[in-house]
Amino acid sequence: MEQIKKTLKKFILENILFDDNDNALDYDDSFLEKGIIDSTGVLEVVNFIEEEFEISVEDEELVPENLDSVNNLARFIHSKKGNTSQV
Amino acid sequence: MCGIAGIFNLYDEKEISMDTLRKMTAIIRHRGPDGFGFYKDKRAGLAHARLSIIDLDGGWQPMHNEDKTIWITFNGEIFNYIELREGLISKGHRFHTKSDTEVIVHSYEEYGTDCLKYFNGQFAFAIWDKNKDMLFIARDRVGIRPLFYTSVNGSILFASEIKSLFADERVRREIDHRALDQIFTFWMNIPPRTAFKDIMELPAGHYMTVKNGDCRVMQYWDLDFTACDSIKSEEEYAEELRELLISSTRLRLRADVSVGAYLSGGIDSSVITALIKKYTNNPLRTFSVAFHDEAYDESIYQKHMIEYLNTDHSEIRCSYSDIGSIFPDVIWHTEMPVLRTAPAPLYLLSKLVRENGYKVVLTGEGADEILAGYDIFKETKVRRFLEKNPASICRPLILKKLYPYLENSPTKSLHYSKAFFDVDMSNYPDRYYSHVPRWDLTSKIKFFFSDNIRDELNGYNKFDELSSLLSNNMDSFDHLSKAQYLEIRTLLSNYLLSSQGDRMAMGNSVEGRYPFLDYRVIEFCCKLPPNLRMRTLTEKYILKKSMNDLLPESIIARTKQPYMAPDSRSFFAGGTLDYVGEMFSENALKRCGCFDVRKTKMIFEKCRKGLTIGFKDNMAFVGILSTQILYDLFVERFKADSLYDKNISNERIMEVA
Repeated sequence: MEQIKKTLKKFILENILFDDNDNALDYDDSFLEKGIIDSTGVLEVVNFIEEEFEISVEDEELVPENLDSVNNLARFIHSKKGNTSQV
Repeated sequence: MCGIAGIFNLYDEKEISMDTLRKMTAIIRHRGPDGFGFYKDKRAGLAHARLSIIDLDGGWQPMHNEDKTIWITFNGEIFNYIELREGLISKGHRFHTKSDTEVIVHSYEEYGTDCLKYFNGQFAFAIWDKNKDMLFIARDRVGIRPLFYTSVNGSILFASEIKSLFADERVRREIDHRALDQIFTFWMNIPPRTAFKDIMELPAGHYMTVKNGDCRVMQYWDLDFTACDSIKSEEEYAEELRELLISSTRLRLRADVSVGAYLSGGIDSSVITALIKKYTNNPLRTFSVAFHDEAYDESIYQKHMIEYLNTDHSEIRCSYSDIGSIFPDVIWHTEMPVLRTAPAPLYLLSKLVRENGYKVVLTGEGADEILAGYDIFKETKVRRFLEKNPASICRPLILKKLYPYLENSPTKSLHYSKAFFDVDMSNYPDRYYSHVPRWDLTSKIKFFFSDNIRDELNGYNKFDELSSLLSNNMDSFDHLSKAQYLEIRTLLSNYLLSSQGDRMAMGNSVEGRYPFLDYRVIEFCCKLPPNLRMRTLTEKYILKKSMNDLLPESIIARTKQPYMAPDSRSFFAGGTLDYVGEMFSENALKRCGCFDVRKTKMIFEKCRKGLTIGFKDNMAFVGILSTQILYDLFVERFKADSLYDKNISNERIMEVA
């Protein structure tokens, strides 16, 4: 989990926030509330996690509970990976 | 079509440098490669670079009246010159040429500055009236032809392009950071401000007089939607629109050279091409731009029209690298930062036209503005509807319907599209309702501005300047008309007709003509009931109705696809283009000083890796790159002398006093 969070944070800092300061993003920060990610940014994050973690995200999964913070994302990815391995 | 330039001494007589006039003309010779003409006395110097289209032998400029007390240098066309000429002859005026230029001179003699209201055309001109000791410069109603001016050491300099003003070494070349703020919000500069400090643009529909050292800028025309009526039947409106478009197309085929047409695959250019075919004897020659990348390509629809009308057609197919490699030339001509690469393919298209021996093309520009074709008008309607009916069960369906053609549509995820559409309007007056989401999104790219620029812009309110461009009347327009008015007064005049219009065509010595922007057509559309312009979410409803029998079903039934070109991807196909790497180098970024080096380096990396999919990052990248190029070309490396060919072969000096 920790590694997933680190990877996600690095991606968001470099490609969404354009900031190399590690303190600019907490794992719990809500992307929507803090204006970190807009509707296009979400799709960039989805593209990234699909490729990086080899999962497939369905349209109905595009909801804040899955995507709205590093923690939410990590939980979502973890459960997807878990589901995949069970199949 | 041509380029004009000139110098006017504000207060007293002093020598005007012929050398400077020549440099000012030579640098815009792409606008008029067929010959240069000059006039000068101790008060005024007028210059003209000519692209001969009407009266090939007699149309040399600067031109004068009977007793040489009035001189003109003119860029553009007065399409109704034949009718105006007859009227002026009956009033006793004597003509020496068959040109439209001479019609302006005599109209001015007859009506003074009021002459402008008689012209149906696209023009920018300067008249030096020795009798009144007055300079009179003017631009057409919607700003099809450009005109810039500045003052230096007691003289006014004017020209078709900014680079011509820079040919006078006394003129300062510095990026205007307030204009940068405007462009990185509205996609355009708000005239009179331009991308360069102290260089002014005469706004569309305005004229300026200079007399006794006093410059007065006056508006002579504006759009008026207050008189919307619904007296006639839908059929009558459709018929009237068709008649007007036939007339405006016919007028725009007046030329002593062959006239071609652009075919985009959309309904607007298809209408114009079909009208030429059906109602004129002009041999139909068409041109189009296609893309290797299918996401942007409309060639399948272009093919429908080519086969339907059986036109003699040529096409240029653009790759990513075509756009990337031509981009610095594009910025040389736009003379302002742009947030999209969309002008670049149009530059390649006009090159194709010129290579085929054509100097004039008709296009469909303007229809989306006057007949409500753009998505922004639909989006506005949807937002207003949802605001009133927040619980509407249709909400998901409506949102999905908005951008069916976008791969990465903001409406793809409903949860996130809510954030996109529920815009906080509390800081804006209702007149800006339609455009606030676009401006808000675009403004986010100012994130990349350097701290210095941010400090400098602190407290600057660009909305005051925007407001000065707009009529107070607009607050009484209906919702749709308000949005259309805003779009026309901002983006049509100051981006579409300039960066994507005049500059890209004239860069290759090609003149664009726009039947939808005939002022009679515009004024007619302003009076149409709004629901004939847009019916529910069907754009350009009345146009489709009136042209139903002229076009194939596939074109009429098509959902509008906005014209776009690949953005940041164009600069990294097959490796980073050398000049792009240089423009984003720490050194170059620091010299220009407009952007934060650290952040800019990071977006460069993101684009280089191909991770950029959204509008915002693409706009940021293209905006930064074009600003860097602008600085490099016009501030750092500009040398008028190196662009000045002293051996001008085809030159006429009309008079030197």
